[in-house]
Amino acid sequence: MGYVAIADRDHEIEHHDPQTFITKYVWSQDHKVIAIQYGVTAIFVGLIALGLSAMMRLQLGFPDSFSFINPENYYQFITMHGMIMVIYLLTALFLGGFGNYLIPLMCGSRDMVFPFLNMLSYWVYLLSVIILIASFFVPGGSTGAGWTLYPPQAILPGTPGVDWGILLMLASLAVFIVAFTMGGLNYVTTVLQARCRGMTLMRMPLSVWGIFIATILGLLAFPALLVSAIMMLLDKTIATSFFMPAISSMGVDPGYTGGSPILFQHLFWFFGHPEVYIVALPAFGIVSDLLSTHARKNIFGYRMMVWAIIAIGGLSFIVWAHHMYVSGMNPYFGFFFATTTLIIAVPTAIKVYNWVLTLWEGNIHLRVPMLFAIAFIFTFIHGGLTGLFLGNVTIDLPLSDTYFVVAHFHMVMGVSPVLVVFGAIYHWWPKITGRMYHEGLGKWHFWMTFLGTYSIYLPMHYLGFAGVPRRYFAMGNTEFLPESAQDLNAWITMSALFVAATQVLFFINVIWSLKKGPKADPNPWDATTLEWQTPDNPPKHGNWGHELPECHRWAYDYSVPGYKDDFIPQNVPASDAAPAGRDHGVEH
Amino acid sequence: MEPGGTSGVIHDFSRDKQAFGVPWGKAMMWIFLLSDTFIFSCFLVGYMSVRLATTDPWPIPSEVFALSFGGDPIPLILIAIMTFILITSSGTMAMAVNMGYRKDRKKTFWLMLITALLGASFVGMQAFEWTKLIVDEGVRPWSNPMGAAQFGSSFFMITGFHGMHVSAGVIYLLVVANRVRNGFYEKRGGNYEIVEITGLYWHFVDLVWVFIFAFFYLW
Repeated sequence: MGYVAIADRDHEIEHHDPQTFITKYVWSQDHKVIAIQYGVTAIFVGLIALGLSAMMRLQLGFPDSFSFINPENYYQFITMHGMIMVIYLLTALFLGGFGNYLIPLMCGSRDMVFPFLNMLSYWVYLLSVIILIASFFVPGGSTGAGWTLYPPQAILPGTPGVDWGILLMLASLAVFIVAFTMGGLNYVTTVLQARCRGMTLMRMPLSVWGIFIATILGLLAFPALLVSAIMMLLDKTIATSFFMPAISSMGVDPGYTGGSPILFQHLFWFFGHPEVYIVALPAFGIVSDLLSTHARKNIFGYRMMVWAIIAIGGLSFIVWAHHMYVSGMNPYFGFFFATTTLIIAVPTAIKVYNWVLTLWEGNIHLRVPMLFAIAFIFTFIHGGLTGLFLGNVTIDLPLSDTYFVVAHFHMVMGVSPVLVVFGAIYHWWPKITGRMYHEGLGKWHFWMTFLGTYSIYLPMHYLGFAGVPRRYFAMGNTEFLPESAQDLNAWITMSALFVAATQVLFFINVIWSLKKGPKADPNPWDATTLEWQTPDNPPKHGNWGHELPECHRWAYDYSVPGYKDDFIPQNVPASDAAPAGRDHGVEH
Repeated sequence: MEPGGTSGVIHDFSRDKQAFGVPWGKAMMWIFLLSDTFIFSCFLVGYMSVRLATTDPWPIPSEVFALSFGGDPIPLILIAIMTFILITSSGTMAMAVNMGYRKDRKKTFWLMLITALLGASFVGMQAFEWTKLIVDEGVRPWSNPMGAAQFGSSFFMITGFHGMHVSAGVIYLLVVANRVRNGFYEKRGGNYEIVEITGLYWHFVDLVWVFIFAFFYLW
């Protein structure tokens, strides 16, 4: 076709450098600025979600003590907390935030392939956030249907926010999906088509691999959510009956007939399960890079790590109905989905073993990012093991809808990814801002967060075994619950409030660093990957100055025997002094 | 030496700079269409699911979508014409792509314009079909006199979503066709790959229609 790759015709490309404040920081098309916009917005809504969880815990720990919490807004807190954490915080932060920042820098590109679309992605995301927040202020408040929004209750009277809240929720999701698609197409195309010379797919850092596969999952999974949101909007607004069976609501016939609520569950979880991995895979990738860098050792089994990410991504599309064991589906279905669910444990376990083996005999530096990365291994193994319980039909049935489930998914896709988010922010902070953070403050933040989360979620496993149901506003005089359950709930609430409060340390650190932090070395961790080799710190628009970097080795040449340093950056050519790195995919 | 076999395939796809020897826009359009495929698949699977789940009888499409020209009603005649028009438009689009690569701006422009007009007439006939169903037959998204309510719901939702895709495609075609005509791409190195990228979208919309035709009208 005579098509010349962009890396080979760099001199032809014009770089429209931003001139004014507006084009530089507001309507910016620079992937780094967009990444920060995404990150700040996501963390802002994340704080709202944190506040909501504190309100829920207040009610659960000290029932009937707070006049401002009633059953209606308790359910609204639950719903919005879940929705914000999963979609508007974690998905947006990992893909829109870290994806935007890291992909072009780690692949040696100047920017995303379509910067304008990238900018649009952020502003549409912001719109979805505004719609979401608006739903708190409409008559009736936000929806209280639970983050899964199951029909028929989600759109029938009796559920909080049934007038406006649910409409705004569904609209906000649809807008979010549009935003994600615009960003996601950019990330995938950039990884596939715009790497620098020498950067083969099998030389990419695992962070990029994780974000790349997670974005593909998003592009294929969000359609199911979009379709279910459209159908539910139609059911709600013009009384179609996609999801709504003939039903009597509070003695009134709302006029629905013959729809299938189970269809919604299938569509929702066809999105919902890959969504778990949309959040987890970037965390897997980033944590691999943090562990390798701070242990001064190459990642163990790079090629298997890549294939495990791909395998997990593929398998995540055929396990969705393990969220629906109690929906009354055919037992053979349960058998199938239990089997696929347990098979996913294999590539996941490969990753965990490889992380641990990366640490083995490494030269471990317990800096703040490393602490968070190691903590992730703990919490992830913990949440993963309880996942084996819940993946089996017979064990899931009694544990379903108890606090065991709450403990499981908070460990595996709440705490674990959030720990990686913190680790990643501390790790790349010197690159993003050009300043160092306060190490001591960071360590305090880490230990209180890490131990605090265990203090929150370990007792929940016990509550689950005792049969404490999740999502209940109050337990009342439930016979089978021991009195200790309430004591534990009070303890959990105090731990949760403590952990929430300690996050202030993080923000103090951020503000301190921005105001008084010492100037950071361009490569403070002696890391090999390309983002640390930029000519400017923080990188300027266009990232690489006049010439694109050239990649000569994989991303994990740490402690190579005979070399003067204990790391060889990816852009150092192979020579007698710097032996060629291990290279996967290309045979020499 | 380049490896062969499976590792050769992996080597080829993971080679540096780019995995596919195509421009960015084209790669991105392919990925978008893959994502869009999942949207339409979800719509169609959802439709099949509610059709199987509903307890009311499903209206017979060949009777509902019959049209009479004076004599006996001819089943699916309008749909057949619409399908024919849309598939014809795929043909003119393919010719436009060919002319684009030959840098024959005039022919490219006219073929794209014809494609857009065929697409617009498809949307027009769809509007006629909707009007007939709503006004004459009393079909509503929430109910219809022939049977299961989900018939109307699925019909308006799926053909509406597809019709929006066709309408967007018509606008897209007109914009690109106009830029071909006024020499916009000449100033950018005479690269007419955008015609093919537009064509990818257009063929996709046609292909989706074939599935809607098969699953909704023929089933």
